Amino acid sequence: MLYREAGDFKTSYASDNQTFPIRFDRYAYWVVMAVAFLVLPMVMNDYWANSIVVPFMIYVIAALGLNILIGYTGLLSLGTAAFMAVGAYATFKLTTAFPAMPIYLVFLLSGLVTSAVGVLFGLPSLKIKGFYLAVATLAAQFFLIWLFTRYGWFFNYSSTGQISMPERSMFGVTITGATASSTAVYFTCLIFTVAMAWLARNLTRGQMGRTWMAIRDMDIAAEIIGVNPLIAKLSSFAVSSFFVGVAGALMFGVYLGAVEAGEAFGINKSFLVLFMVIIGGLGSILGSFLGAAFLVVLPVLLKILLVDNLGWPADLARHLEIMIIGALIIVVLIAEPHGMAALWRTIKDKLRLWPFPH
Amino acid sequence: MKMTTFAALLAATTGLAAPAVAQDLHFPMLNYRTGPFAPGGIPFADGYQDYLTLINQRDGGIGGLPIRMSECETAYNTERGVECYESIRGDNPLILQPLSTGITYQLIPRVTADGVPLHTMGYGRTSAMEGETFPWVFNYPANYWDGASVAINYLLSQNGDSLDGKKIVLLYHNSAYGREPIPTLESLAASNGFELVLIPVDSPGQEQSSQWLQIRRERPDYVIMWGWGVMNAVAIQEAANIRFPMDHFIGIWWSGSENDVVPVGAGADGYTALTFHGVGRDYPLYDDIQTYVVDRGMAAGNGDQIGSAVYSRGLYAAMLAVEAARTAQELAGHAQINAAEMRAGMEALSITEERLAELGLPNFSAPFDVNCQNHGGGGAAMMQQWDADTQTWSLITDWIQSDRTLIGELATADAAAYATENNITPGCL
Amino acid sequence: MSDNVLFAMEAALNGVTVGIMYSLVALGFVLIFKASGIFNFAQGVMALFAALTLVGLQNGQIPFAPIINAAFGTSIHNFGWNLPSVVAIPLTVLVMIGMAWLIERIVLKHLVNQEPIILFMATIGLAFFLEGLGDIMWGAEVKRLDVGIPQGMSSWVDETTYNLFGYGFFIDTLSLYALGIAAVLVTGLVLFSQYTKQGRALRAVADDHQAALSVGISLRFIWVLTWSIAGIVALVAGIMWGSKSGVQFSLSLIALKALPVLILGGFTSIPGAIVGGLLIGVGEKLFDFLMQPVIGGATENWFAYMLALVFLLFRPQGLFGERIIERV
Repeated sequence: MLYREAGDFKTSYASDNQTFPIRFDRYAYWVVMAVAFLVLPMVMNDYWANSIVVPFMIYVIAALGLNILIGYTGLLSLGTAAFMAVGAYATFKLTTAFPAMPIYLVFLLSGLVTSAVGVLFGLPSLKIKGFYLAVATLAAQFFLIWLFTRYGWFFNYSSTGQISMPERSMFGVTITGATASSTAVYFTCLIFTVAMAWLARNLTRGQMGRTWMAIRDMDIAAEIIGVNPLIAKLSSFAVSSFFVGVAGALMFGVYLGAVEAGEAFGINKSFLVLFMVIIGGLGSILGSFLGAAFLVVLPVLLKILLVDNLGWPADLARHLEIMIIGALIIVVLIAEPHGMAALWRTIKDKLRLWPFPH
Repeated sequence: MKMTTFAALLAATTGLAAPAVAQDLHFPMLNYRTGPFAPGGIPFADGYQDYLTLINQRDGGIGGLPIRMSECETAYNTERGVECYESIRGDNPLILQPLSTGITYQLIPRVTADGVPLHTMGYGRTSAMEGETFPWVFNYPANYWDGASVAINYLLSQNGDSLDGKKIVLLYHNSAYGREPIPTLESLAASNGFELVLIPVDSPGQEQSSQWLQIRRERPDYVIMWGWGVMNAVAIQEAANIRFPMDHFIGIWWSGSENDVVPVGAGADGYTALTFHGVGRDYPLYDDIQTYVVDRGMAAGNGDQIGSAVYSRGLYAAMLAVEAARTAQELAGHAQINAAEMRAGMEALSITEERLAELGLPNFSAPFDVNCQNHGGGGAAMMQQWDADTQTWSLITDWIQSDRTLIGELATADAAAYATENNITPGCL
Repeated sequence: MSDNVLFAMEAALNGVTVGIMYSLVALGFVLIFKASGIFNFAQGVMALFAALTLVGLQNGQIPFAPIINAAFGTSIHNFGWNLPSVVAIPLTVLVMIGMAWLIERIVLKHLVNQEPIILFMATIGLAFFLEGLGDIMWGAEVKRLDVGIPQGMSSWVDETTYNLFGYGFFIDTLSLYALGIAAVLVTGLVLFSQYTKQGRALRAVADDHQAALSVGISLRFIWVLTWSIAGIVALVAGIMWGSKSGVQFSLSLIALKALPVLILGGFTSIPGAIVGGLLIGVGEKLFDFLMQPVIGGATENWFAYMLALVFLLFRPQGLFGERIIERV
């Protein structure tokens, strides 16, 4: 119906390896981009921008990062929120120390700082595997948060222990702070999300991505055929932490504006991002988007439906909401254990063959 | 089917941005009746809502205009708090009370940009009492630093005005909230000659045996606690376990609710805590609440929280909000006030003993005035003590004044730092 | 003996008792992991749910009262009875068994043979669901849990140590009971798995699913059995921790305290859970005692993980975990 194609006519390596091998998907991609860049900013109100779309995009970046680690390299991490906190605190320290530095550069540098920290906590992965590796990242989670609350240097000795984002602008447009328009915030997040997704896609299908996947599928075998596990694992930690750090920087810089390490970057957030990756689909870029949508957008939609439209008491609605999400997680897993991206793949395959499935 | 639901959702959210046409006063409630701190959020929400319901039912609203309440569940989660704020900010909200320090910090820059008054009663950013730097933020009648100072003043009165050579432990929640009193207490320790020992407890605080072993070794004269959530109950239990004298154990107001002492049972008897409002049901107002709210089946929640410590706090917050709205209406000369007029009303708020008696809450609050420079009220608090037999709190002191000179100095310094960081020129609106 | 040595001994002793409390939570994880290879994220929430149910039954609360009231305009809250613990505990056990059966019917049955991470994710869904369900059924306020276990300083320990060293040690009576209960629980579990038919079946399944199936062991029955036992262990943990802090949402967070214990002891070893708990308990109390003056307190949250991490660098499968053999 939607897909009209016949046969498999790939003549070059490049066309065989492209991101969207089906022409319809390429069109769909450009349409989505056009909508995101041109249509949405026109029609979206502040509420949609600030409380649904912006957090969604930030979580997408975090989920992409974690997906590189878990989905592509097979290393389990439960310290995502702490790495996000590193990104946030790096942003705060950098931007207060160098107020003139362009804010996008600050976000990227924060990502690099997080990368370095990530590599440090990734070192045990050379020895420890599976659920046991979770401990190394959990140690990072608790230790880093403790560090950020314990030592005043991180929050510039403010008596409140909170860090708050000063106003920064680029090209005359205010990007951070409360006076930043939702359009500026939206475009900042959109640019980063698109760039990061592009980066993730190209890293994972390149040589680096293949070494990661070799490690994931069987590390000893990979080592035998010449993949250096040290470089593969640490590079995966570095890249993943970079993504997560940028997500943390954006979360602090443009979305929340003020955070306290323990509260905004607690273990729950680590779990939340992990859930996104697993529900969305391990080892899938699209999965990161779907997972983030499932766990960020769906609760808000449920809330709007139950409270604002059906008029249920807010607390009852909230309890039902988490029950529904819990049940949906199980339903999705029973329907397709490999996440929503795999579900989509199956649907697409069926659509491509429709109406002649044989 | 899916599309229609989605369209309905879209319509619902876009509808929110439309200006309110109806003649009413919008008091949004950012509650948390779920999540880890629900036990603290539920009674506050109930008290807040019950008082507003009472005003609607008994008086037909404020100045003839009914109060419209909207409830948004934050689950004590900052991101949900932001979502709640975004969903109501186009709906002409008059006053926000998030009951969460984390959400408060998110909201301070936002409400300042959008012009919505924020009232953080006994929590939030202490230096927001400097009204010239924080024109849209209020934290009357008392803040954390007042709490620390009142606790020490109470101890001074217990010890013949000298704490020289005493040892006082501060047991605190290891977060920004728990660290709030440290500068005040340190400076009071220096001026009063007592030794201050700082003992942090990591969130959530279910396991505190190291901390209490340390307290047992240190043998302090007093323990002051800055706790929240499960940490309180565990600390009181551990104190009972090591047989620490309960009347030498003082909690901040957030560590002084039924939730904290009831799980401990008889061991909690004699535990004291600060409070900046009256407790219990012995106020004439509760008769009205019974008649107009409970008997009409309109009580918020399960209706089983009435009279509890945090319920009283919610009720007090609502009372102050309603009084501010009344003042605002007088100032503006019309009943349909907007957020800016509400802010002016809050800034001109004056709570007197006569007014409290009229409201049916005699001596429920210390009298105080708000003005442009001082958004922090008077800073007085009382001590309440738990009686495990009757399961009630009783007030054991009159109002104790905090050391506002010292607190003023600390707050001015912090507010000045904030003003430079954020390019604010302090001044009255 | 110098004061500091005595203090350190006291801290270590308290570490032992606290460690046992951690082990009680970790045991539930181990049981399920051993039998079905599932890392059960919902274990903490199960402890909360069990404790909530127990208190609700004891106090005669009507489940789902807020919904019933909202739907029918009634105002019922209470059956008006108070069940003694001896009745309420077995009833809660029945509820937990029922829950195990439902979990197997509705969730696990459909996820046989999936990867561990998928099963882990399913238990997360379960945790969300139970969290909401528990609150809707029994309400979110703090509840007092009293099953008659005494609390407070143990005078006996205090006096004995005072006579011995001239300094009375503090030990909470509750944790002494926890020691006893843990001992009974572990002995019971060991006897059950060694000397009963079901226990042997359980071990067979833990060893090899397919081989067990081929000799006629019902995998589904075994799963219901393990989840029931884990439910009962969760109830015990819920009672012990709930007596300390009251029953409230935070009870579900004790699972985080059990994680390092689990990792240290190995996911598959019951004695590992106990030894791991002891090591973590003693380690964190001593570390806090020694380092408190240097870096400030509140180190417990991360210290346990750092300790586990150091151990793992030398023994990647945990102290008692099965040796990881890798083949290409």
